[in-house]
Amino acid sequence: MATGVFSEGRAKISERTLRTDKWWIQPLITVAVLFSFIVYATWRALENAHYYAEPLISPFYSPCLSTTCVSGSSLLGTPFGHIIVFGMVLSPAFIILIFPLGFRMTCYYYRKAYFRSFWMSPPACAVAEPHAKYTGETKAPLIVNNGHRYFFYIGLVFNTLLTIDAILAFKNPQGQWGHMSLGTVVLLLNATFLWGYSASCHSCRHAIGGRLRHFSKHPFRYKAWTVVSRLNQKHQNFAWVSLIWVAFSDFFVRMVSLHPTWNKYFF
Amino acid sequence: MARTLKLRIWRGDDKTGALQDVTVEANHGEVVLDIIHRVQATQMGDLAVRWNCKAGKCGSCSMEINGKPRLACMTQISAYGEEETITITPLRAFPVIKDLVTDVSYNYKKAMEIPAMEMPAGMKPGEPRMQQVDVERSQEFRKCIECFLCQNTCHVIRDHEENKKSFAGPRFFIRIAELDMHPLDILRNRKKTAQEEHGLGFCNITKCCTEVCPEHIKITDNAIIPMKERVADEKYDPVRWLGSKIRRREEVL
Amino acid sequence: MTLEKYKYDVVVIGAGGAGLRAAVEARDAGLSVAIVCKSLFGKAHTVMAEGGAAASMGNVNDNDNWMVHFRDTMRGGKFLNHYRMAELHAKEAPDRIWELEMWGALFDRTKEGKISQRNFGGHEYPRLAHVGDRTGLELIRTMQQRIVALQQKDQRETGDAEKNLKVFAEVTITEILKENGKVAGAYGYRRESGEEILFEAPAVVIATGGVGKTFKITSNSWEGTGDGHALALKAGANLVDMEFLQFHPTGMVWPLSVKGILVTESVRGEGGILTNSLGERFMFKYIPDVFKDKYADNPEEADRWYLDQDNNRRPPELLPRDEVARAINSEVKAGRGTEHGGVFLDVSKRLSAEVIKKRLPSMWHQFYELAGVDITKEAMEVGPTCHYVMGGVEVEPDTAAAVGVDGLFAAGEVAGGMHGSNRLGGNSLTDLLVFGRRAGMGAVEYVKSHGANPASDATIQKASAKIEAPFARTGGENAYSLHQELQEITHNLVGIIRTGAELKEAIEKIADIRKRSANISVTGDRKFNPGFHLAFDLDNMLLVAESTAKSAILREESRGGHTRDDFPGMNSTWRQVNHISSFDGEKVNIKAQELPALPKELFDLFDVHELEKYMTSEEIAKGGSK
Repeated sequence: MATGVFSEGRAKISERTLRTDKWWIQPLITVAVLFSFIVYATWRALENAHYYAEPLISPFYSPCLSTTCVSGSSLLGTPFGHIIVFGMVLSPAFIILIFPLGFRMTCYYYRKAYFRSFWMSPPACAVAEPHAKYTGETKAPLIVNNGHRYFFYIGLVFNTLLTIDAILAFKNPQGQWGHMSLGTVVLLLNATFLWGYSASCHSCRHAIGGRLRHFSKHPFRYKAWTVVSRLNQKHQNFAWVSLIWVAFSDFFVRMVSLHPTWNKYFF
Repeated sequence: MARTLKLRIWRGDDKTGALQDVTVEANHGEVVLDIIHRVQATQMGDLAVRWNCKAGKCGSCSMEINGKPRLACMTQISAYGEEETITITPLRAFPVIKDLVTDVSYNYKKAMEIPAMEMPAGMKPGEPRMQQVDVERSQEFRKCIECFLCQNTCHVIRDHEENKKSFAGPRFFIRIAELDMHPLDILRNRKKTAQEEHGLGFCNITKCCTEVCPEHIKITDNAIIPMKERVADEKYDPVRWLGSKIRRREEVL
Repeated sequence: MTLEKYKYDVVVIGAGGAGLRAAVEARDAGLSVAIVCKSLFGKAHTVMAEGGAAASMGNVNDNDNWMVHFRDTMRGGKFLNHYRMAELHAKEAPDRIWELEMWGALFDRTKEGKISQRNFGGHEYPRLAHVGDRTGLELIRTMQQRIVALQQKDQRETGDAEKNLKVFAEVTITEILKENGKVAGAYGYRRESGEEILFEAPAVVIATGGVGKTFKITSNSWEGTGDGHALALKAGANLVDMEFLQFHPTGMVWPLSVKGILVTESVRGEGGILTNSLGERFMFKYIPDVFKDKYADNPEEADRWYLDQDNNRRPPELLPRDEVARAINSEVKAGRGTEHGGVFLDVSKRLSAEVIKKRLPSMWHQFYELAGVDITKEAMEVGPTCHYVMGGVEVEPDTAAAVGVDGLFAAGEVAGGMHGSNRLGGNSLTDLLVFGRRAGMGAVEYVKSHGANPASDATIQKASAKIEAPFARTGGENAYSLHQELQEITHNLVGIIRTGAELKEAIEKIADIRKRSANISVTGDRKFNPGFHLAFDLDNMLLVAESTAKSAILREESRGGHTRDDFPGMNSTWRQVNHISSFDGEKVNIKAQELPALPKELFDLFDVHELEKYMTSEEIAKGGSK
């Protein structure tokens, strides 16, 4: 039976949409960028190499928790030994990437991005979606999206670790403090963008003050809420720039691991 | 008369209908509603269209112009190219009555399902004291002019007629948020009912409601997502749930 | 076609602020109520009110009280107001505002958390409760939600939300039914289907709003076609002082399509200044003698007033609306207008962009989207627009009962008397609430003492035949073109500035259109047919225009919303006269009626020297009635 815009009683119009603008460009770009990122990240995680070039560690591999990690890269030690899957050693990237991935999968911004572009639900406003049924986030697995805040909290731990990585990048390859290189800048920016992404998160906005009923009784939290609210308007920008920069940071570390001279030291 | 405009206007009723081509004169600075009125006065005396204030304040002249849900009184014809044909149809999420007029009674039914504001018992007129910062969030939602463009564009019901019975739609999520954030409203089960009765969980944050809102209310960021977070506090966050059992804090908040 | 029939205790025609308030009152008293409106529920013209609702709560300046408000209202109306209405309004307005708050309205707040109040033309103290510049929307939404709340209560108690309180949206009422000389109900048709509908009820409250669509340039929406005025006239009630129309000084003048759309007075309240094309702040030239001691005569003092209101006089931009409208009209006529025939209104010099967007959000939005003007940077172009009719159904102040027809009540803009010859900004929203409630109370009392009064079949058939008529004709007049003709006549001959000769011409021309309108034919069928709808609206507008023109030609003075080029002065003898319109089935007749004199206790609220400017020496000598 016809549903949606073709339902009984609605204006009989045969087109799925009458939009004349290029509404499909936006979802197309989203698919292209996200897909490229996934391909690149999967390849890099499988590669299980070239993620550490002292003192730089790729954000895809930090913290490196496996006993297979290259020496010096395990900031938090190797509590799990190593994990074997189908007779192969699991890349340490997979152990941790699940968390940032979860943070982004449940993110209120990325939900818009992937529901529109990958799931086409809907592909664009006032463009009929191809699905016959829709239950949204009322059932498993999408109901998990309601747990975004937990991924947000875990994300804070990762932000802290990646900030430490950026601080460690003030060392030279010999382990002496007080130096700074291109890699330092790359990792500092990486940490900054990730903090920006977390701080502008809707769950953060809620936790910091959004859940309050009377702002006037909590002046400091109100102030913090207004700051987070301003950042929140840029959440989409933080989401993209932090995603792309994480990949770039990894790429940079990989290149330095192959060509140590690429990491120009300023001092 | 500054230019000649080509239009395609949908005419028909709940049984049949089609886009009809019309050519009409247009003046500089006119909006689509002016053009429709000219068509009415000169060519189609019985062309049905709803409108009231013609100033973007009453939300009556909602329709779809080149496929986009818009207020006809706030859509300048100068936004369209000289050669462009402007296609005008009724809202496509609601049953059509005639031409550009749809049956929006769904929205009034949903309005009836949201429990009204409840003041604390014993509070007398003139007694309420509320700080500006405490009312501002709700005030944003009260800017709503009930044009129902958000309801019309929301794919949950636009594309799935069957969801209408269990989904209140963005307009009423901002109403629930308004009341849940109201400094004095005492009804405390709004979060729970938002999820369980009004279908908040259907929303997948694709933000079309915000995109079409002529009042620029940040429906998704300021109402739906905060409500989803508030629902999570009560239903999906075991730590907070435990916390709320140990000490009752909401009164303080 | 089967006739839809309903029986109610009270039928309220109009779902704006007054109608909804009346309905709430009647339902609260236990009666069954139907609310009938021409458009969708919640779209009434009340949403267009921007500035605020005047009530002397004294939240911002505690010198304010009902007596000050009463004085301001009488002054604004040039003492032609019905004193009792002005008194009731001033006394009850604060309660009506506080009650809205209990129903969920969220007004802007003061530091202490009370309802904030803003300055407005003609009000001595900051008095207008407001929400940014969308106060009317807040009011209508609150009332709408109150109706829903009452329906939810009925749902809980009876299982049927609409059993005792139902909204009939998109229904036009074409006739007030009478039986045995008393109201028996209302008859009309559903706009969606064209099908006829009958309401039997012993009491009918008319709350249909204004008549702006009679004019070419107006801030009113399509609904302002004087339906209630005409329904009342035809039912045997009177209209009072229909010559008084308020031209709001600031309507948009450009682009053409938005000509007439309102620019809220709050723009001036927040510090907007008016200048002509020479850059002069011209309002200083137009302060009338009666206001000399209240308004600053130099820019320095006017500017200081925004900071210190106790020691400075207010800027002349905040004079009552009639004065400002006439001033702008004179400037434009003298060739000092803008390119599009208005003057400049600028708020960008005094306030920062951020403050403007916060305090005047919908104005910013309106100019930005409709005219491409950023009011935080540039001046607006504005000119007078037909905004409000002070005249209306003659009512008993305490019960809002229409004089001459048992069972008929009127409240809001459609009722006359409250505002005299000129309404102050902000007084209309509280007028709606105060007299909406009183009309509801009046209807309740009437229904309880009178009981049902069924309509006879003959009465019903007569009403039905009228609706059928336009379809029976073919090749007759086109309602759209007749409407345009009428608007040209009223605009050119019954506008802001009037003369006896022009009014005479207008009366003849209106009579001619009336004759031709009897021959209107309609194309298409009954289903949502705007041409068919207009045929009825036009009939109402013609009656209103006739009443206005005939009242105007008799009043040989200039006062408030009535300016005669041939009689430029205000005349104390004319102040004692109300013009009462009645309808004999063919034409509108006007008679002069003496205005009720101020009782002593209200008389004594004024400085006698002020009263001397308005009253004759005999009236002053009497010192008010006992």
